[in-house]
Amino acid sequence: MSHQFGRRDFLRAAAVTGAAASLALAAAPPPPVRNLVEMLRLMRKIRHFEEVLTGLYKYESFLSQGDIVGDMYDFASKGIIAGAVHLYIGQEAVAVGVSAALNPDDFVTSSHRGHGHAIAKGAALGPMMAELMGRKTGCSKGCGGSMHIFSKELGLLGGNGIVGAQIPLAIGAAFSAKYRGSDQVAVAYFGEGASNQGTFHEALHMAALWELPVVFVCENNLYAASTAAEITLAIPNVAERGAGYGMPGHIVDGQDVLAVYAAASAAVERARAGGGPTLLECKTYRFTSHAGAGRGQHNNPEELKVWLNRDPIALFEKKLRDDGVMTAAEQEGLKQQVLAEVEEAVAFAKNSPFPTFDEMPVTPDTDLLA
Amino acid sequence: MRELTYTQAISEAIREEMKRDDTVFQIGEDIGPVRKRPELWNQFMKIRTWQTPISESGFTGLSVGAAMTGLRPITVIMYCDFVGVCMDPIVNQAAKIHLMSGGEIKVPLVIRTPAGAGTREGGHHSGSLESWFVHSPGLKVVMPSDPCDAKGLMKSAIRDDGPVIYIQHRILHGMGKRPCPEGEWVVPLGKAAVKRPGTDITVVGVSVGVMKALEAAEKLAGQISVEVVDPRTLVPLDVDTILASVKKTGHLLVVHDAPRRGGVGAEIIRRVVEKGFGLLKKAPKVLGSVNTAMPYSPPLEDACLPQTSDVVKAIRDVLG
Repeated sequence: MSHQFGRRDFLRAAAVTGAAASLALAAAPPPPVRNLVEMLRLMRKIRHFEEVLTGLYKYESFLSQGDIVGDMYDFASKGIIAGAVHLYIGQEAVAVGVSAALNPDDFVTSSHRGHGHAIAKGAALGPMMAELMGRKTGCSKGCGGSMHIFSKELGLLGGNGIVGAQIPLAIGAAFSAKYRGSDQVAVAYFGEGASNQGTFHEALHMAALWELPVVFVCENNLYAASTAAEITLAIPNVAERGAGYGMPGHIVDGQDVLAVYAAASAAVERARAGGGPTLLECKTYRFTSHAGAGRGQHNNPEELKVWLNRDPIALFEKKLRDDGVMTAAEQEGLKQQVLAEVEEAVAFAKNSPFPTFDEMPVTPDTDLLA
Repeated sequence: MRELTYTQAISEAIREEMKRDDTVFQIGEDIGPVRKRPELWNQFMKIRTWQTPISESGFTGLSVGAAMTGLRPITVIMYCDFVGVCMDPIVNQAAKIHLMSGGEIKVPLVIRTPAGAGTREGGHHSGSLESWFVHSPGLKVVMPSDPCDAKGLMKSAIRDDGPVIYIQHRILHGMGKRPCPEGEWVVPLGKAAVKRPGTDITVVGVSVGVMKALEAAEKLAGQISVEVVDPRTLVPLDVDTILASVKKTGHLLVVHDAPRRGGVGAEIIRRVVEKGFGLLKKAPKVLGSVNTAMPYSPPLEDACLPQTSDVVKAIRDVLG
């Protein structure tokens, strides 16, 4: 045996079975009340920001009519926002639960469905809305768009229009943190669809090999665009794939923000302490279609109904009421505050000018017209 | 001046830059001496060189992420042909992130890759793929043709704040020792060099094309006065130096290993024609390889690639 491997460490790592390896979940203290309210606020920010994008400002209308409700905020169909918009609605608990476990200088790489990841990490709504409207005041000066929200200050290393490309970028940020001797941690958000890309496997492998401080957050929302996970995954749980790379894999209820927080805290703590990477699979659901705001290309009303009953915001609000943390009135107040904030963001964006060609942020040595 | 081989010059530049800047490191397949598993990270950290699993897509993406967060990676793609499995992190990530982030995030990354044919290695180890990168906005493309430039351009590439593709030709690995300055020696990106002055025709050589052009010029010495211009970097391209030469000679030939179709030669001629059509006394020409995968058999490979004798003939053709 020894001549075969000759590496005790390797064998020990191989003995760790992904799904079975338990994270010290109990070690994560529950967030203080102030943070609980902030978590709800962030979830609402994500939801209302996106509702505005797609004319779903009145979410109930979407439910009752099962169709896009056009109104003055229906930017997508009116062309105020151009291009594809991939909504995060239904998955808010994941980004908010994970971000609550992160420090401000930790890194995040994100997917095409990235508004939630950015808002949860602290991105301001005004510049984000302006970016989606292609304005000069956008967080990427109008050069990024919906799929490319960056912030150096917040450690946001961008969304990505290439499915799975963000996963190696995250291990690069983790590599950088380890190299520089910093205690920063990196998170890669991706879907179960991306877990079928080679980049997922290569990145998990190298992260485990070099014990990089990274947390892989797979949001399994059951659909890759409109293709059901059951016809693309050879095993039911993406988390089990961690075992193949010698890292813990953990299945998390992605509709329960506190469950996500607990799992993420343990994984982040493990990474920060030099324990290496963790794979979290958050079971969740996309309430709208792959892009835009239709009923869902999955178009399975029965399935949708089941998941709408597990709306992460409704679940969390109930939990906070049951625990006596907030009253219904306080929650309504918070919702109104967020709606006002979103309105402000819309006004800010609409009142911002479009960028001009000369303002494109290129380096001085770029000869655009060569 | 002391002399170094092409690869010694590259190594010296990297060593000196590592010494100068703690954030510079090298990563790639089969590039370090580490043999033992325990303390893997510390062994790599000590030599600032990470030997990776065979995962080009993964470690190139890793390099982009590292470059975005404060490091200056030199990422080695063992054969240029292998970029086929890691084009995404290069052209979609490294090349685009600066603009897509509104100019906020820089990607100071060097992709260093040996390339080119003539080594009898067949279709997957002979690619001259520079035009793929030239055609991808956001990348700089560097192709040194001798040890002196190899060192100076590597230093510039490492110090550049954006992604630079550094293509070293495998034939030049064996060109023998040439003069190369010691210590601080920096060749700026976007500055061509006249490698041999002449008055009758301008031959722009790309990478090993410079060597072949110089050999051809030597053969024609006394009959035709050939000026050999080495652009050294294809992006940015110093078109002014080429134009100045064409203004003097009135004739232009471009020589490279890559296929002519859609190649850098066509691009160089476009730039010259757009700005200096009136300077040309005759139609310009590109000499490149034929439009095929590179065959293995030595006589076939030689037949598919421009040889020095072909350069001589092409010079006579252009001059008519």
